[in-house]
Amino acid sequence: MAEEITLKVDGQPVKVPAGTVVAVAVAKAGKTSFRHSVTGQPRAPLCGMGICFECRVTINGQPHCRSCNTVCEEGMEVLTDE
Amino acid sequence: MSKRHLDFDAVVAGAGPAGIVSACIAAEQGRRTALLDMFPSIGGQIWHGSDEMPATAQARRWLKRLYAAGVQVFRGMTAIGAPSPHMLFAESPEGAVEIAWQKFIIATGARELFLPFPGWTLPNVIGAGGLQDMVKSGWPVAGKRVVIAGTGPLLFPVGANLREAGAEVVLMAEQTDWGKLIGFGMKLPVMAPSKLLQAMGFQMKLLGVPYRPGCWPVSAQGKDRVESVTLTNGSKTWTEPCDYLACGFGLVSNLELPNLVGCRVENGKVWVNPSQETSVPDVYCAGEPTGVGGIDRAIVEGKIAGYAVAGQTGQVERMFPARQHAQRFTEAMDSAFAIRRELKQLSSPDTIVCRCEDVTYGQLRNYSSWLEAKLHTRCGMGPCQGRICGCATRALFGWQPESVRPPVFPTSVGVLAEMGDGKKN
Repeated sequence: MAEEITLKVDGQPVKVPAGTVVAVAVAKAGKTSFRHSVTGQPRAPLCGMGICFECRVTINGQPHCRSCNTVCEEGMEVLTDE
Repeated sequence: MSKRHLDFDAVVAGAGPAGIVSACIAAEQGRRTALLDMFPSIGGQIWHGSDEMPATAQARRWLKRLYAAGVQVFRGMTAIGAPSPHMLFAESPEGAVEIAWQKFIIATGARELFLPFPGWTLPNVIGAGGLQDMVKSGWPVAGKRVVIAGTGPLLFPVGANLREAGAEVVLMAEQTDWGKLIGFGMKLPVMAPSKLLQAMGFQMKLLGVPYRPGCWPVSAQGKDRVESVTLTNGSKTWTEPCDYLACGFGLVSNLELPNLVGCRVENGKVWVNPSQETSVPDVYCAGEPTGVGGIDRAIVEGKIAGYAVAGQTGQVERMFPARQHAQRFTEAMDSAFAIRRELKQLSSPDTIVCRCEDVTYGQLRNYSSWLEAKLHTRCGMGPCQGRICGCATRALFGWQPESVRPPVFPTSVGVLAEMGDGKKN
């Protein structure tokens, strides 16, 4: 039903249905770590509802975007591990 | 960036059930009403993804009414400041917005309570409700082994949904013991028969999944992500291999916006009068911020707030018995699923409590208050602004996080500059 859109996660193309949040696209790209903490630990989404900021990634050059409440757009460039 | 200015009779913050219902009623009573939500889709955590495909028949009915009533819905709009009475400052994908209101309804819902334990910062240790939402949105869990640990009836839909998405639910660990569970279960047929049927439905979908009351996680292990979880029932301790550990230790009210507006908060709940009005005149609050109580309570409080802002006192009073009934159910839940002491004592000195600034339990236990710890360790000063560790330290040390300051959510310098302008005018 929903159309498919393609975006890039760390340069790798990922296809998702329109309306999918970026966090899901990052997981579909096979990433387990979204970022590293201030002491270098790997981190990934915790709350899934826009509160914990553990899922933050760089989207189209803008750092610190919460991937769990940002919807994927065609041609979006997502970078993990800010 | 150009600042927009909007003007409404009623503004509702938070588009979960309480927010949708109150906005709907206010608009049906002739009030020009706006409904904002920080997410790109409305429905909140429980009616999540409701826009195109409503979660339930109930959600479908209310959304239909919402659109028919002419409520202006602003998706992806976050309230970040309240520069003066009857004024809200918000950030949207289009930039900064200033919204004037006659009546303001806060329906910001609740979030999951996260309790620190060794290994809880590993990737794939995740909130049960959060994982469920992301799985609904397509997060790949097919063939993955999932341990669900926590408390309360929420664990059932989470387990059922994960299983439907192809995950192997290895174990559901409920921290409450059998005695309390049975006591609660006995109340259901009278108090909430529909909930009993719902629970039985989930049980059918969870056939074959071990459900163990009186058991809780003590640590998670793994290198780059969780690989196993160690659980205990108080006497026996064992380790389950897994790909995900979904934790759901209940919900806590989202109090940032009520705190910002200056509403009185008591015992972690926004104080409201019988009409759902807070201690701040013309500011109302409905649903989880007034005390976590689930969807039925949220809907009835939403109705009351909606009628109240429209001045329909007769309608407000007609809702009192329904609210009282929902409140009794809430109290029964609270006592049945209270978090056991052991769960608050799992951290070791090197367990991280503040995940934004990587502050450990060992560092924090030297301080006597949230403010002192914050000033010395940066606990609570990262991007989440204490949303996760503030609740954790309340559970661990009994600390009370101090009042919030704008912006309620991190925002861009551009938006902050616009907000400053608003103050001068």
